[in-house]
Amino acid sequence: MKLPTPPLPKALRPSPKRPGGGRNGKNGRNGPPPPEPTVKDHLVEGTATAVGWLDERTGATPFLRGFLYRKVPKGTNWFYTLGSATLFAFLSQAITGVFLAMYYEPDATRAYESASHITNDVFLGEFVRGMHKWGSSVMIILIFLHMGRTFFFGAYKYPRELNWVIGVLLLVLTLMMGLTGYLLPFDQRSFWATVVAVNINASGPIVGPYLADFLRAGAEFGPTTISRFYAMHMLLIPGLIVALIGAHIYLVTKLGTTAPPWLKAEKKDLITEEIP
Amino acid sequence: MAGAFEGETVTRRRLMEGGVQLAGGVAVAAIALPALGFALGPLFEEQEPERWLDVGPEDDFNDETYVPKVISLVPQVGDAGKTTIYVRKFNSEKDTVVKGENPLPYVAISTRCAHLGCPVRYIQASQKFVCPCHGGVYGFEGQVEGGPPVRPLDRFYTKVVSGRVEVGKRFSLNSQLHRFPHPRDPSNHLDGLWQYLYPGRPTT
Repeated sequence: MKLPTPPLPKALRPSPKRPGGGRNGKNGRNGPPPPEPTVKDHLVEGTATAVGWLDERTGATPFLRGFLYRKVPKGTNWFYTLGSATLFAFLSQAITGVFLAMYYEPDATRAYESASHITNDVFLGEFVRGMHKWGSSVMIILIFLHMGRTFFFGAYKYPRELNWVIGVLLLVLTLMMGLTGYLLPFDQRSFWATVVAVNINASGPIVGPYLADFLRAGAEFGPTTISRFYAMHMLLIPGLIVALIGAHIYLVTKLGTTAPPWLKAEKKDLITEEIP
Repeated sequence: MAGAFEGETVTRRRLMEGGVQLAGGVAVAAIALPALGFALGPLFEEQEPERWLDVGPEDDFNDETYVPKVISLVPQVGDAGKTTIYVRKFNSEKDTVVKGENPLPYVAISTRCAHLGCPVRYIQASQKFVCPCHGGVYGFEGQVEGGPPVRPLDRFYTKVVSGRVEVGKRFSLNSQLHRFPHPRDPSNHLDGLWQYLYPGRPTT
């Protein structure tokens, strides 16, 4: 009686003889033995196996093919990169912000000292803080350029109106990032600018004063005002921005981009009606 | 909706869906409502009990010119909680007395501009308060004389205790210098119907 082969894992099973070598192969009877696989071959094979393992379980390839290798209209030019540029400005802000948060202390009596400690003492602190500070202006400039491109190319029209609305929400949230971040260095300029900004909020009838109370956590600039601004600046608003960027990019992928307005449709693409 | 038997109005599937949605709603509310209340709580908290702050002996002040004094409005936040006030004795000739109000023994003017809250400065030569931010100008009593401010400068209650001047809570005034016990934020009008658009809040 013949027992079935035990279910050995693949790695332990004896590999079949390589074709072509020795005297077993029909064609390679007299040929030289095949070369031993090199380290590079192992690396390539290993990577391909790992990627294949992931791909088989996530279905990443069809998704990425649709997401990254989309068809774009004729006439697509550098202006179409402004959205991606804004996205990268946001990522830069997020990364530098995370590292600034490691040294910053959101407390009315410590904020200024910790911010100047970042600039003056921490290795590369001045550079990272500078990137975050100037990057914020870059991001807002890029948003407005991106918005202008969308407007002047007519890319907000049907069926892309919803993406325009999401984009406007993202603009407002980014401006709120600028407002809440401006307080955090806690020098004279940022303190008084925030006082003025909160009082501008208070000038709205009925809800205005309550909005100002919400921002200050009370009627006066108090001990929890700065931590409130800090929490909004690094948790609440960025979370909303990330979610809306996701929706924004999903819609761009789904709807595609528009051709620049100066391009006329080609004859063969025009829908014409033949009159009999 | 058609049921499993005659007369059934809600199918089992519909009942289960509703139940799951209700459970999810309760779970979300259990997280969201406390979080919202946590963030909005300070809007409905009353201000700390009234504090009276000593600003010096009566001899420091006269009824012709203002003396600047620094008081700590919010003690926990260091320099950010300090503010300058301008104090002088009540001047029976120059000061407006509103009918039905007892004049305070000392006039303590807040330096918080009634436009957007920048710190104003008193210029002795012209007897005016001027704001550096947007050009607000106030007269000797803090009444608006030019620029964007919507109402006179706020004041603080004052009293004299055994020869020393003390200042208490802030109050706002309208253009007739009528007192409003709940101080309003800068930029809030207080004349005519405007006062109802900017109500006093629980925090003030």
